[in-house]
Amino acid sequence: MSGREMLGIALAAVAVAVLACVPLMLGDYGLSLAINIVSYTVLATAWSLFSGPTRYVSLATVAFFGIGAYTTAVFVESLAWPLVLLIATAVSIVVAAIVGLSTLRLSGVYFVIFSFGLAELVRQLVTWFEVNKTRTLGRYVFADITAAQIYWQLLALAVLVFAIGFWIGRSRLGLALRAIGDDETVARHSGIDATRAKVALFVLSTVFMTLTGAIMAPRWTYIDPAIAFNPVISFTVLIMALLGGVHRLYGPVLGVVPLALLFEYLLARFPNHFSIMVGLVFIVIVYLIPRGIAGLVEGAVRKPA
Amino acid sequence: MSALLEVTNLSRRFGGLLAVDALGFSVAAGEIVGLLGPNGSGKTTVLNLLSGVLRPDSGTVAFRGHAIAGKPAHRIARLGMARTFQLVRPLASLSCRDNVLTGLAFGRRNAWGTAARTDADALLDRVGLGRAREALPGELTYIDQKRLELARALALDPELLLLDEWLAGLNPTELEEGIGLIRGLSGQGITILLVEHVMDAIRSLCHRCLVMNTGRLIASGLPTEVLADAEVIRAYLGDETDA
Repeated sequence: MSGREMLGIALAAVAVAVLACVPLMLGDYGLSLAINIVSYTVLATAWSLFSGPTRYVSLATVAFFGIGAYTTAVFVESLAWPLVLLIATAVSIVVAAIVGLSTLRLSGVYFVIFSFGLAELVRQLVTWFEVNKTRTLGRYVFADITAAQIYWQLLALAVLVFAIGFWIGRSRLGLALRAIGDDETVARHSGIDATRAKVALFVLSTVFMTLTGAIMAPRWTYIDPAIAFNPVISFTVLIMALLGGVHRLYGPVLGVVPLALLFEYLLARFPNHFSIMVGLVFIVIVYLIPRGIAGLVEGAVRKPA
Repeated sequence: MSALLEVTNLSRRFGGLLAVDALGFSVAAGEIVGLLGPNGSGKTTVLNLLSGVLRPDSGTVAFRGHAIAGKPAHRIARLGMARTFQLVRPLASLSCRDNVLTGLAFGRRNAWGTAARTDADALLDRVGLGRAREALPGELTYIDQKRLELARALALDPELLLLDEWLAGLNPTELEEGIGLIRGLSGQGITILLVEHVMDAIRSLCHRCLVMNTGRLIASGLPTEVLADAEVIRAYLGDETDA
């Protein structure tokens, strides 16, 4: 490990220690904003863990986020909390493996459409089940979990997603994924089992999305399919990751922080025009900074004006 | 000598076109075999069927005693069959060293870490790219990209190397160098099947040639013999009445 990496890890440790103190320093409003930022950091980083190197644009984020939220809603009152998270992880692995094996042969735009359809399909299935079986569309989530505890769990999840991302970047899996992103046929001819690598990463990435949903669910107190499977979450994650830059592990967080703050401001200031504003932001980002903030920073470092 | 590669009755159809038609041939260990034929005769399709890009409609391929027809490309690569592509296909976002590392990490060598990096650098030296280890493929000339592709194929530690017009587009000096390189690989015990149009290279390198036309094998034998074969000449140049 080089000296620069050691320094990076030391700085990251200090940053985590400072962030862990946030609930002690901020009020309720500040804490809820912090929870929002950390949860989107996990989602966007997990998203680009898979979509960055493979270039599969996924709109299925909320399918897994919602599965996590519903797992909590169903089990939180009857089971111990770690067990709830374990079930969420298991469900997510099974669903992601089935979806991955059946769809990662699709390329480009077909995968985008499929992933969007998947989220809608899961939402409709849950709606159908709730209406016909439980006979009530919404569920109350009564859990004995404070906002600060939710924040700390999300922070731990964020540390984990960064640690795994760092490890993948240095592992054979990381090399395999970059090769697949460049040219899948060539990658296969170098002995890379492309399907297995893609499914493995897809599963890994969705576990983080599911756990985020499971941890976030108690925040709402009440959920129904329209809240838990809101497609805006998928689009928000996508736009945050793109703004930050998906080519670097630290990229997405550079997009999450400014956009979470901007959306918060827009929602408070222009509640009726929020969707239009978000659409404009999306267009501006894709047109003006296709390589994201991380790309801009690196470009500036490489070519000092 | 036992056959390293044994192809029997191999066929592949694209819609109404029978691109490869009941093809059968074998390659013995240590040989350099040329696969010739006019454009569109099915040579590249044969390589694609062998390396696992395409599945054959029928027929068998035995490589080192394993039935590989229709097997995924990564399995075939790990058995020790490597190839280059007609139009170079470097992994554009990876440095030259990382391009070569893919073959070392996922092929038969199964190498990773410092040892793999040393091996990758040695392979780049071998093909004459020692000065460009950290470079991205886009910064290389066309010829150097071809060298890179060869190094990546060699990283699989292949017993059989499929070269798809690897010598095409080289100037006379580079061609001589390229021929020397291929001969060196053969001397090292690698069996080579090459699709090629450069006749000088075929004459000086190949022990044996196979000639295809419209998906079928029309001649096989020593280079000088097949190049003088009446049917081969007709396939390349057409009938005298056509001219």
